[in-house]
Amino acid sequence: MPTIIINDEKIEFKEGMNVLQACELAGIEIPRFCYHDRLSIAGNCRMCLVEMENSPKPIASCAMPATDGMKIKTNSKIVKDARHGVMEFLLINHPLDCPICDQGGECDLQDQAMYYGFDKSSYKENKRAVNNKYMGPLISTIMTRCIHCTRCVRFSTEIAGVDDLGLLGRGEKAEITTYLEKAMNSELSGNVIDLCPVGALTNKPYEFQARPWELKKTETIDVFDAVGSNIRVDSIGKKVLRVLPRINEDINEEWINDKTRFAIDGLQKQRLDKCYIKENERFQETSWKKALDRIILQINKTSSKNIMTLSGKLSDVETIFSTKMLFDNIGSNNYECRIDNVRIEPKARVSYTFNTGIARIEESDLILLIGTNPRWEASILNARIRKSYLNNNTRVALIGNKKDLTYDYEYLGNSLKILEDILNEKNDFSLLMKESKKPMIILGEAALARQDGNCVLNVCRKMCEKFSIVDKNWNGFNFLNSSISKIGALDIGFYNESFSADVQKNIDKFCSNKESVVFLLGVDEIDMDIFQNSFVVYIGHHGDRGAHRADVILPAPAYTEKDSLYVNLEGRILQAHQCHAPLGDAKEEWKIMKMLGDMLGANMKFKNLHELRELICLSNELFREINVLHKNKFSTFGISGEIIESPIVDVINNFYMTDPISRSSKTMAECTSDILKLNKDALIPND
Amino acid sequence: MLKAENKIFSNLYGEKDWRLKGAMARGTWNNTKELLLKGKDFILEEVKKSGLRGRGGAGFPTGLKLSFMPKNIEHKPHYLVVNADESEPGTCKDREILRNDPHLLIEGCLLSSFAISAKACYIYIRGEYYNESSNLQQAINEAYENGLIGKNACKSGWDFDLYLHRGAGAYICGEETALLESLEGKKGQPRLKPPFPAAVGLYGCPTTVNNVETIAVIPTIIRRGSSWFADIGRPKNTGTKIFCISGHVNSPCNVEEEMGIPLKELIEKHAGGVRGGWENLLAVIPGGASVPLIPKSICDNVLMDFDSLQEVQSGLGTAAVIVMDKSTDIIEAISRLSHFYMHESCGQCTPCREGTGWLYRMMTKMIKGDLLSPEVDKLLSVTKQVEGHTICALGDAAAWPIQGLLRHFREDVEKRIIEHNKIKEVA
Repeated sequence: MPTIIINDEKIEFKEGMNVLQACELAGIEIPRFCYHDRLSIAGNCRMCLVEMENSPKPIASCAMPATDGMKIKTNSKIVKDARHGVMEFLLINHPLDCPICDQGGECDLQDQAMYYGFDKSSYKENKRAVNNKYMGPLISTIMTRCIHCTRCVRFSTEIAGVDDLGLLGRGEKAEITTYLEKAMNSELSGNVIDLCPVGALTNKPYEFQARPWELKKTETIDVFDAVGSNIRVDSIGKKVLRVLPRINEDINEEWINDKTRFAIDGLQKQRLDKCYIKENERFQETSWKKALDRIILQINKTSSKNIMTLSGKLSDVETIFSTKMLFDNIGSNNYECRIDNVRIEPKARVSYTFNTGIARIEESDLILLIGTNPRWEASILNARIRKSYLNNNTRVALIGNKKDLTYDYEYLGNSLKILEDILNEKNDFSLLMKESKKPMIILGEAALARQDGNCVLNVCRKMCEKFSIVDKNWNGFNFLNSSISKIGALDIGFYNESFSADVQKNIDKFCSNKESVVFLLGVDEIDMDIFQNSFVVYIGHHGDRGAHRADVILPAPAYTEKDSLYVNLEGRILQAHQCHAPLGDAKEEWKIMKMLGDMLGANMKFKNLHELRELICLSNELFREINVLHKNKFSTFGISGEIIESPIVDVINNFYMTDPISRSSKTMAECTSDILKLNKDALIPND
Repeated sequence: MLKAENKIFSNLYGEKDWRLKGAMARGTWNNTKELLLKGKDFILEEVKKSGLRGRGGAGFPTGLKLSFMPKNIEHKPHYLVVNADESEPGTCKDREILRNDPHLLIEGCLLSSFAISAKACYIYIRGEYYNESSNLQQAINEAYENGLIGKNACKSGWDFDLYLHRGAGAYICGEETALLESLEGKKGQPRLKPPFPAAVGLYGCPTTVNNVETIAVIPTIIRRGSSWFADIGRPKNTGTKIFCISGHVNSPCNVEEEMGIPLKELIEKHAGGVRGGWENLLAVIPGGASVPLIPKSICDNVLMDFDSLQEVQSGLGTAAVIVMDKSTDIIEAISRLSHFYMHESCGQCTPCREGTGWLYRMMTKMIKGDLLSPEVDKLLSVTKQVEGHTICALGDAAAWPIQGLLRHFREDVEKRIIEHNKIKEVA
């Protein structure tokens, strides 16, 4: 390994590192503003200057590749003076309004000025002032604070893949702007807030809400899509104030999408915090006891064959497992998670997970997207595809509705018939598939939520076999799930085999013409008319469509209010933590099931969360390991048959509103009107 | 003094025909084919031996620079880029070449491109040089029509294309990497080095960027031999140079002279002397706005070449001699330059973006003397904070004139401050 001498100390470093990284290896912190290890190098802040032997000038350590035998000094007078100088320049036109700045307390400029700056300024001229720019409903700008590091510009062009931000003007008049002062047209726009080393770009909904040191910080998991981004939730009391990303190289690196970050104001609105019973078409507030008694009464009136439960988009593993235990105990197997009618085959885990893994997308050289809009269904995953496209020259092709995915792709058409052509080598794409070393198929929900879903699966499996998409070290077959609850539910076995042929139709049939009891675990995305004759118990946290239809409402905590397990689209088990106690009278779903079970005399074999988790692990060993990607054995799936010639209908038509929480969010409503409607041409799929 | 037969730019004043016919009559394009057939190494070797140093300001040995290019074309094409973005205040030497002897440049482009295995050459010309770009384009067209460039240039078997690109008039686009950015259609902001253009230049390919004058003298060097060129001037500062003499002289002019000519001789012989006589001289900026000025005491004896001027803490730069007599308010003059650098800073890196404005504001105050003595030290320290800490040399260029001023005229500055403060007290 090559060595570098830093302050007379020999350090080994890896080829390709720059001087700044080598210094970090040596445990020496180099101050920086513009440098960010996930963005291209700009070298413009000049804060990271260090002394290099044989160089008359100090060098920018972020931009200088480390070479063998290089001699670097980071503690000499030249370096100290350079840092002082640059720091002073950065501050002369900075407003120094830290007391009223949202970044105060977690500001790079503040911290580094403390360590590397002068104690007072000798600048006696007038300071520059810059007009604020409109950047949409999510990002607040105070452009006078900007130090022109261009991190935000590099993020938007490189990672988000939109050219909405740029630096206009030159010299002192240089300004970061969105050119026409419109909202940034990206699902990842919020990340520029984290990247901004000063308070120039701040979180608009969080503006003036709190100081960072007052916040309770909880590390947990995001549930708005199936990616399971690692997040940190900052809260005060029973109010979630903001969400920040946590680094997880395997999943979200250090980005999160805007829904994850900004939909949290929905947690304060439309909340169910009391039990309700519907009497004379009106909801009456009631106690837990009365509500549960009412349910028991109804269950006892009904045969166990006529009791059914459905799981929703945000249900966690504990909820689903305890519900299944209750149902198994009372002799009903009418539980189902596939209410969106996506023809998943629960027997073959490989058929419903993202087998390649998010991180390994970067290795792929060919990606075929089938009936999916990854930009909306899994924005973080889409950023990985873009990364692969940029760094690995990955070719992407799409079957489905045309849309802007932030990278170029070959458009094959909007018919799943094309899959048959590719399989039978009647399409030019077959050749690419054959030649590719690490091809990937990403199958979206829209491709399977059809009559012929199983046939589509069948063709895809055949393609995997024919084009060796799956081998010992590479599994290129991927199903892109869009809800965090689904894979967990399938892993637990929360489905009814007899419904499989056409889940929606069978549920419909189950409910019609008889009096049944239906438990909805946060289910809102289903046609409520089918429950005309049913007694509906809604267990959830938001007064959405499900609660509206319910006969009894039991309040449950939202994702930030409970400890729970989730399974992301890769099949990775993720652990979420409670940020604050549930609102009002809400109780965790597993507690509700335990109470109901005890009342019904069922054998609920757990007394607390720990015991429940132990039972979950016993039922499926996968749950023992957190954040581990398991290899799924490739097996046979799909049903042979003919694919029907009909266009694919996308599953999401508004990225900002996909679940009860984001539908209740004012911020998301603003995004819908300010970003989506204005950028209709770019975002709404059209042809 | 340079003998007439040793002049390279025999049509510097545009008295003769600038077109192909005239140029050929002056010897341009004479046996270019034979020169090319002598081979790349021969040309490179001749340029090296001639001791030619870059005429754009930094004075880097041209032969060495050309030899940094990869020897053979591998995966990527090579490019020669000619920097005709002459924007240094006081400088107008390239303009004369471009409009009065464009074929000299075109022939130079062919020979130098051939030497570095570049099949294409771009000339980036300053946008304001409208007539010059028109002449140059016509000359390029003539050269194409006569088979001098293009496919099988001069029947040598070497294919060569020459493109003219007009800039939009930003000073920073004269910096070689900013020029490449601008040529690529991006915002003219300097790139980080390394990688140097010889490795990763225009469109990511190996590129050499040279000044117009540097390229234009190469054909004559090859034709007349490197020893002829090396014999002119002083060791390590060889050859002839176009000097642009402006300011308080009786007849401002451009003149081709040998390197190392005494400054006094240059001004008196060619520019008709300083207005009001040599004794009326206050100071001279010897190499365009970016170099520190030198006071009369130094001007008396200094030689006009890279090393001599460096010894007196100034530089030859572009050899744009700006003469100032005693009627000049030297502080105001330098503050005007500070304004120029503030205006032309690209805004990419911190010290230059923030520093140039600060310098200008302090300089403006200093014209009246409206500051305190310690602030003069602060001014000096700000120039030091900018100098050497920026991506490109514009930061240095902004700092040096002020450093020169304070080095030689500090007493005048202090005197003005004291006087101003006296008036203030009285008021």
